[in-house]
Amino acid sequence: MFIEYLKVFLVGGIICAIAQVLIDKTAMTGARILVSFVVAGVVLTGIGVYQRLVDFASAGATVPIVGFGYTLATATKEAVDKEGLLGALTGGLTGTAAGITAAVVFAFIWSLVFKSKQK
Amino acid sequence: MNDSYKKYVEDRAKRSPCFVNTLKALCVGGLICCVGKAITELYTFMGAELKNAQTLSTVTLVFIAGLLTGIGWFSAMGKFSGAGTLVPITGFANAIASPAIENKTEGLIYGTCAKMFVIAGPVIVFGTLASSLYGVIYYVVEKVM
Repeated sequence: MFIEYLKVFLVGGIICAIAQVLIDKTAMTGARILVSFVVAGVVLTGIGVYQRLVDFASAGATVPIVGFGYTLATATKEAVDKEGLLGALTGGLTGTAAGITAAVVFAFIWSLVFKSKQK
Repeated sequence: MNDSYKKYVEDRAKRSPCFVNTLKALCVGGLICCVGKAITELYTFMGAELKNAQTLSTVTLVFIAGLLTGIGWFSAMGKFSGAGTLVPITGFANAIASPAIENKTEGLIYGTCAKMFVIAGPVIVFGTLASSLYGVIYYVVEKVM
């Protein structure tokens, strides 16, 4: 069990560390990091690499935003298997629906609850 | 006094280079992923299927990140850990919740709801573009060829 968590910690941590190096060395903004990591997740899943990382480190690979790309790609693949070409349009957002909807719904609720701290 | 303090701050700033930032990002990011795994295991223990437990774990992290954004702790954590809180799904949740709260004063439609997608919009656009393209390629390679 300890080893399982160590794998999660290391893989998740290293993905974040790569992003930090990119921020420090290339002056990439946070938004660009998020966008490129999601696209990287789709590409790495497409060529079959990321599934192995997910099998190895579970949450260590799925919790980082790269895992969002992984979910987009795997759900698209499943949908194409089931529905044919239409799946290329329906799969991605179906697979990530819970995450996106939760982020939007909760953000809306928090925006009603909390006041802006900016002056 | 002021000059020596300024020098001290500058020295500290020089000595807090890429390596320290990266180590912080690694530790905080790794910990958040471990929390994600622990929450997944909790839901599995409560009887959810693994796939549902993973989705619920994501939703829970998004919920917590939004709450921490609201009470103002997230930006403090972000300053400390940089990519450590940005890259996990917590960063995506913060990218939506933070502008939603900060732009309340501009009104419900053009403030909260429009600004919500300032960063999340591009992420979703590029994500869906890439996955649709992948779907087409996969279709052509697997089903046509």
